[in-house]
Amino acid sequence: MASISTRSKPKSQPLKPQARRDLIHGLVFISPWLIGLIVFAAYPLISSLYYSLTNYDILSPPQFVGLRNYIDLFTADPLFYKAVGNTFYYALISIPLNLLIAILIAMLLNTKVRGLSIYRTLFFLPSIVPEIASAMLWAWILNPQFGLANALLKAFGLNSIGWLTDPNWSKPSLILVGLWGFGGSVVIFLAALQDMPRQMYEAAEIDGANTWSKTIFITLPMLTPTIFFNLINGIIGAFQYFTAAYVLTGGQGGPAGSTTFYSLLLYRNAFSYFKMGYASSMAWLLFAAVFVLTLLLFKSSGRWVYYEGGDKN
Amino acid sequence: MAPTTFSTRSSGTGRTKPRDSGRVAQRIAVYVLITALAALFTVPFVWLVSTSLKSPAQVFVVPPQWIPNPFVWDNYPRSTTFIPFWQYFRNTLYVTVFNVIGSVASCSVVAYGFSRIQWRGRNTLFVVLIATLMIPYPVTLIPTFLIFRDLGLVNTLNALVVPSFFGNAFFIFLLRQFYMTIPQELSQAAKIDGASEFQIFWQVILPLTRPALAVVALFAFLSNWNDFLGPLIYLSDKENYTLAIGLYGFFGRSKTEWGLLMSAATIMVAPIVLLYFFTQRTFIEGITLTGIKG
Repeated sequence: MASISTRSKPKSQPLKPQARRDLIHGLVFISPWLIGLIVFAAYPLISSLYYSLTNYDILSPPQFVGLRNYIDLFTADPLFYKAVGNTFYYALISIPLNLLIAILIAMLLNTKVRGLSIYRTLFFLPSIVPEIASAMLWAWILNPQFGLANALLKAFGLNSIGWLTDPNWSKPSLILVGLWGFGGSVVIFLAALQDMPRQMYEAAEIDGANTWSKTIFITLPMLTPTIFFNLINGIIGAFQYFTAAYVLTGGQGGPAGSTTFYSLLLYRNAFSYFKMGYASSMAWLLFAAVFVLTLLLFKSSGRWVYYEGGDKN
Repeated sequence: MAPTTFSTRSSGTGRTKPRDSGRVAQRIAVYVLITALAALFTVPFVWLVSTSLKSPAQVFVVPPQWIPNPFVWDNYPRSTTFIPFWQYFRNTLYVTVFNVIGSVASCSVVAYGFSRIQWRGRNTLFVVLIATLMIPYPVTLIPTFLIFRDLGLVNTLNALVVPSFFGNAFFIFLLRQFYMTIPQELSQAAKIDGASEFQIFWQVILPLTRPALAVVALFAFLSNWNDFLGPLIYLSDKENYTLAIGLYGFFGRSKTEWGLLMSAATIMVAPIVLLYFFTQRTFIEGITLTGIKG
């Protein structure tokens, strides 16, 4: 760090012609993104922070109300707590479940199975199906009277379940729907497994390691960077979880508010009730939560994420 | 050393049978498990297509029929006339095609600036670019909506197209990783021949990175074909609807017409599945790249 700061001093002198030209060229090439950064990221970030301190119904200009929206969220809005709870429920169950099953499938596929590309296709395809189509399909599969899921239960002599109509089952049902579309992470884990050096396993085999200990002591540690990446993505994704819940509940977040997820409530406040200020304060709380969680994960990563040749970091 | 290896080998011959059969059992278990899991993932697709070929009466048969008897093809033409399907299709195509063009054009140029030219402040701005990936969309959603309202673009398809021309952090990152692997000597040689920076980009770098551009085009196509939230927020007139939002309206109005709904869903899924089969390698490479390099 020190060396960088001392070096940057001479840089404040006028640039050499070549460096100047490069700077101008560089800025010209990145200019589309630079404009986008200002218009679609920096300005929206700052103005949504401002809106979060106002009462704003779109039609009349925003009125400054200080921290009123934030106070209301925490003290006067039971739906807010409900949405936070639902979102954590979804994240805490679906993210570990996704990781666990994706790693299991990737490991099975990595045992030199024949027809690997066919299996991979079957696991991957659901993840690229449009969410509206998959939501419609699952609405039909989980239909309480004529759906496939309850027909299967009946075939095994079990009672049928109100998958999307019973508040106790609605979130597990949505987690199930989400699981169907996680094929992307299977592909990522499989690629990570295929990248692992053979020699390490051979050395372990000579030392008498069995499949189980090889998995625990070699495979899983080597997978931690990929797990870390998927974990961060999973958290950001879960906090923004919207489409499937919206489509499957007709935008209502029912039954009994059991699928009112954070982003769904935010959307409703903004675009159904036009409480733009209130929704903006929800957005900033979400931003803060994602920021803190990501930061904590990065901080903790030194302890559990293994980087090859990691001495440098 | 030699005797021990010999002895283990000789004792091994006596044990080959149980060990081999154990290995065979293990292989069989792997295949059974992986096939069962794959079947679980495939059943919904089968059910989708099966239902799409059933009449209303067949749909509600208990226990459910896997193979429709008879096949009712009628749902397909009906689902394209029940809603203004072709109009939604045209709108979706408009949004998708221009997003692909916008993303490829803007991201390739920006990625060049972030990888092939050395300039002061480049690394700092690149960190900013990566940081923007962490911003959840709900945070910028409302102000962005208001910007488009002030520009008079709300309720037009262009609201969904314009942002793509200003780069996408994820695609820029992806392309930059590709561009970094190209030897700097190639650019220098072109420079000595008197090529300008843009000529190097256009004539040297772009042709060498077609596979990466294909990944960007593919992902841009997919995410816009599938996008639901964007159209939900920006499009209010039915004549502007894309397939995703049009199907949602259809779904809300005809909750019991499962055959019709499933055939419409199949029509929306089919292009994606076809695209996957034609571009499988690009798909897998793209996904892999994003996951491992990230």
